[in-house]
Amino acid sequence: MTVKEIFETMDYGPAPESAAEALQWIADKGGIAGHYIDGKFGPLRDDFPSTNPATGERLAGVTKGTEAEVATAVKAARKAQSAWAKDHHKRARVLYAIARQMQKHSRLLAVMETLDNGKPIREARDIDVPLAIRHFYHHAGYAQLMSDELPDREALGVCGQIIPWNFPLLMLAWKIAPALAMGNTVVLKPAEYTSLSAMVFCEICTAAGVPPGVVNIVTGDGETGAALVAADVDKIAFTGSTAVGRIIRQQTAGSGKALSLELGGKSPYIVFDDADLDSAVEGLVDAIWFNQGQVCCAGSRLLVHEGVADRFYAKLKTRMNTLRMGNPLDKCIDVGAIVDPVQLDQIKQMVGDNTEGDNFQTAAPEGCFYPPTLITGLSPASTLMQEEIFGPVLVSTTFRTPAEAVEIANNTRYGLAASVWSENINLALDIAPKLVSGIVWVNGTNMMDAAAGFGGVRESGFGREGGWEGLQGYTKPKAAQKPAKPIAPYTSEDGTPADPLDRTAKLYIGGKQARPDGGYSTPVFNPRGKLLGHVSDANRKDIRNAVEAMNAAKGWAKTTGHLRAQIIYYIAENLNARADEFAARIKSMTGKSGTAEVDAAIQTLFSAAAWADKFDGQVHGVPIRGVALAMKEPVGKIAALCDDTPLLGLVQAMAPAIAMGNRITLVASHAFPLAATDFYQILETSDVPAGVVNIITGDPAALASDIAKHLDLDAVWSFSPRDLAETIERESAGNLKRTWVTQNPTLKETLHAATEVKNVWIPYGE
Amino acid sequence: MPTATTTATQAAQLPQVHLPRNDGMPLDLDWVASVQANTSAIERRAATLPGRRSVKKDYQAAWLCKAISLMDLTTLSGDDTEARVRRLCAKARQPVSPAILEKLDMEGLTTGAVCVYHDMVETAVAALDGTNIPVAAVSTGFPAGLSPFHLRLQEIRESVAAGAKEIDIVISRRHALTGNWQALYDEMREMREACGDAHVKAILATGELGTLRNVARASLVCMMAGADFIKTSTGKEPVNATLPVTLTMIRAIRAYQDRTGTMVGYKPAGGISKAKDALVYLAMIKDELGDRWLQPDLFRFGASSLLGDIERQLEHHVTGAYSAQWRHPIG
Repeated sequence: MTVKEIFETMDYGPAPESAAEALQWIADKGGIAGHYIDGKFGPLRDDFPSTNPATGERLAGVTKGTEAEVATAVKAARKAQSAWAKDHHKRARVLYAIARQMQKHSRLLAVMETLDNGKPIREARDIDVPLAIRHFYHHAGYAQLMSDELPDREALGVCGQIIPWNFPLLMLAWKIAPALAMGNTVVLKPAEYTSLSAMVFCEICTAAGVPPGVVNIVTGDGETGAALVAADVDKIAFTGSTAVGRIIRQQTAGSGKALSLELGGKSPYIVFDDADLDSAVEGLVDAIWFNQGQVCCAGSRLLVHEGVADRFYAKLKTRMNTLRMGNPLDKCIDVGAIVDPVQLDQIKQMVGDNTEGDNFQTAAPEGCFYPPTLITGLSPASTLMQEEIFGPVLVSTTFRTPAEAVEIANNTRYGLAASVWSENINLALDIAPKLVSGIVWVNGTNMMDAAAGFGGVRESGFGREGGWEGLQGYTKPKAAQKPAKPIAPYTSEDGTPADPLDRTAKLYIGGKQARPDGGYSTPVFNPRGKLLGHVSDANRKDIRNAVEAMNAAKGWAKTTGHLRAQIIYYIAENLNARADEFAARIKSMTGKSGTAEVDAAIQTLFSAAAWADKFDGQVHGVPIRGVALAMKEPVGKIAALCDDTPLLGLVQAMAPAIAMGNRITLVASHAFPLAATDFYQILETSDVPAGVVNIITGDPAALASDIAKHLDLDAVWSFSPRDLAETIERESAGNLKRTWVTQNPTLKETLHAATEVKNVWIPYGE
Repeated sequence: MPTATTTATQAAQLPQVHLPRNDGMPLDLDWVASVQANTSAIERRAATLPGRRSVKKDYQAAWLCKAISLMDLTTLSGDDTEARVRRLCAKARQPVSPAILEKLDMEGLTTGAVCVYHDMVETAVAALDGTNIPVAAVSTGFPAGLSPFHLRLQEIRESVAAGAKEIDIVISRRHALTGNWQALYDEMREMREACGDAHVKAILATGELGTLRNVARASLVCMMAGADFIKTSTGKEPVNATLPVTLTMIRAIRAYQDRTGTMVGYKPAGGISKAKDALVYLAMIKDELGDRWLQPDLFRFGASSLLGDIERQLEHHVTGAYSAQWRHPIG
């Protein structure tokens, strides 16, 4: 077209970014992407191709890592780890150097990302790459501060990291920066579709002076990933689908490997009738058409106040028509290519299978593209309202009241992110804490930063990436745990009661003493074989009842820290009043003085009560005009298997849990259960609301499985010396509940385990 | 009724088309009260737009020519003289050197209008005789708008009588700042009335309205009262046209069209001095309002120094060499 013609049409025209430099870079590497182990590239093999999804053209061959190659990489990482962990300032310098190097090669990284993934160059250039760089800068700071600010934490060791294809470089940064900052070394596997920016990153590592073995990259597919999961690593950090996350949870069960999972989502995007609707429409562009909707935290579930829904949908459709789709290297493109035809087929199939609601789609070019799509008139029961599509498809329904908005928003197995649009600060800040998700954006969406933790709840996984909270996942307590030996209950052939008056302890569920469902009891003997009494044998139905009781006590999470502190102090007071009795009970079961244990239990109660209104969240320094509130929320409903200190074992799990607003079901020491059952009376006289604390007795090995399988529990803890980790971790995969298998945790660690950080982003300005 | 989705080609075939004027509507205070404008979100959209839209090569040259055709070439200084105004009008007739326009095949390109004070209207009209370039007059006690109301109306009538085809009025900011929307509506109504057949542009002086919400409300009230254009600034406020203000105002224009079917024009003024800025504004208008708004009857730049930068960019496009300011005739 001539200038004169364009003057009339006012079309945008092509504005392509050149791919020449990036393609030359690949050619210079022999056209192959492969491993970077111990500071050196290789071996490089052309095992499968990597293609540009926008054109279908081959970009490079990719090496499929073998088990042996993974093992070599892990060995190199192991060898490098202790030296790397020694000098925090050196780590800070190296991380800073990585950031600088990335900045120097930012355009190469951006173009490579667009070629490999199909995302618009605008996003790679303005979002992915700057944010990845920001992570290294920010974490250079954590490396520098680690010895001062985290004096009782140390590196985990070697971290195996598996990342997805949607943000290849950014996810690499999110994984590698915190791991390295805390003194770990890593073996990272990029996604099979997108290995190329990781290759550039390897070169950057060499240039930045990363010691050999500290960063190792092994390319490959799912099998390579499985080999890494099975390898001799101390942690697996995985970002990807919930299905694969679940498999990794099962495969690492009982291995002692730490695990963090950042999985799928179906994040609600809630628009109230007093919102700035035009801005909320624009927000959706960034929520669901950003990166073609291939974003785990995509605002994919639109919930609109019924009264404004038609107007909102009309505005949204108008906006969708101005989205420009096409060559991702064009600087004037909003929506690029889907990462791979396989993914495209999956999106097509999911949308094709849907028969409900009204579809609105714009046009898409030929090839691996899918048009921006809006499906209105769905209900929460619709498949597409529940299942993650991972494409540019927005599904929608309406709500009538704020309460209904929350109910629909939380009606999901996921819990990664949520957006709330309202000009009413009271409404927005009331809704944010009620949403079950790791991140809430008020009048915004997809805001991310290295200073604020990213991660979800429920089946969106566990662990946080970014912020101080993200460092927990890459460190462990310095104090080595001395594993206790399990104590078997005393047995006796004799059975003579120590006291002729029979006492059979029931279970404590929902504030009442309840007979066990199964109707069985077990005798408890003292060390000399005298019968002390009977305790109930709980089974899975008693667990079910305890969970129901915890559900009924949901108001506890909303009580003030001050109130919870008062109740916990009251428990301490009542225990103190009966200290001699409990000490005697402990002595009767264990044969050893119980005085010190009772005293320690009272101290623990005081400490937990003290923390109840002081375990504060943070306000993160994110680069917006606004705040990111890192709010500590209770994890929810916890089941804990106690250790064999009869009273303290119970209290050390219970007190911090309820102090933070959780409800808890405690499985008492199997060997010495009677202090726990005596404790019912303390709870009953201390104003603890029914269902907040439930205590059951029985065989921990059997109960551990029932607890871990229960889909309505948020966390399971085991402080028991019995080896229950494998069972608990494997069975927890059903709803990906948080698991914590440890012994003698500190109060501070327990407070961390009892809380989850929710980052609420609140931009402001009038 | 043309809509926002009227294609560019259709519009191009009707270059002189004037849409039905905005006759306004009764003041709807419920609508005014319900207006929302989320500043942070609007700023984010404005901040990311330049990165989302890029116009290169011939397209850029064409867009810059378009910007010239949409320009109210302006002089609003206390030291304006008749000779100075004639010089400006000469520049409006020939905004870019003929050699460059010839290479672009864009001969005959002129600015959208010339904008002057009342005293200079007759001079400008005479200087532009034989062209289709209208003269716009700033009026109503510009820039503060605080002279006696009857004099402000009289000023409009005299400018129209002197030959101004467009009148840029200033609103009483105090009405917006105190929420007296009825007063703003009544004032605007009377000014529109005084304009007769001349088109009226309502200058909101957004830099003095305090919040984007006020900008959105004032935009709506002025449109309800019959403004043909809404305009950001006099150029004399501490902050003049900005992208967030633009987004707020054109969203109000869109809302008004959705409600009434009437298309109202938009004029950002003050502070737009770079060719790159002009491209960003055009992209924002194109994306938010549609191609139909990229015509002089619905969009104008109020600018005095923008043209110089565009000329240099056009010469660069034609020659491949970066240009110098002194190579281009001044206005």
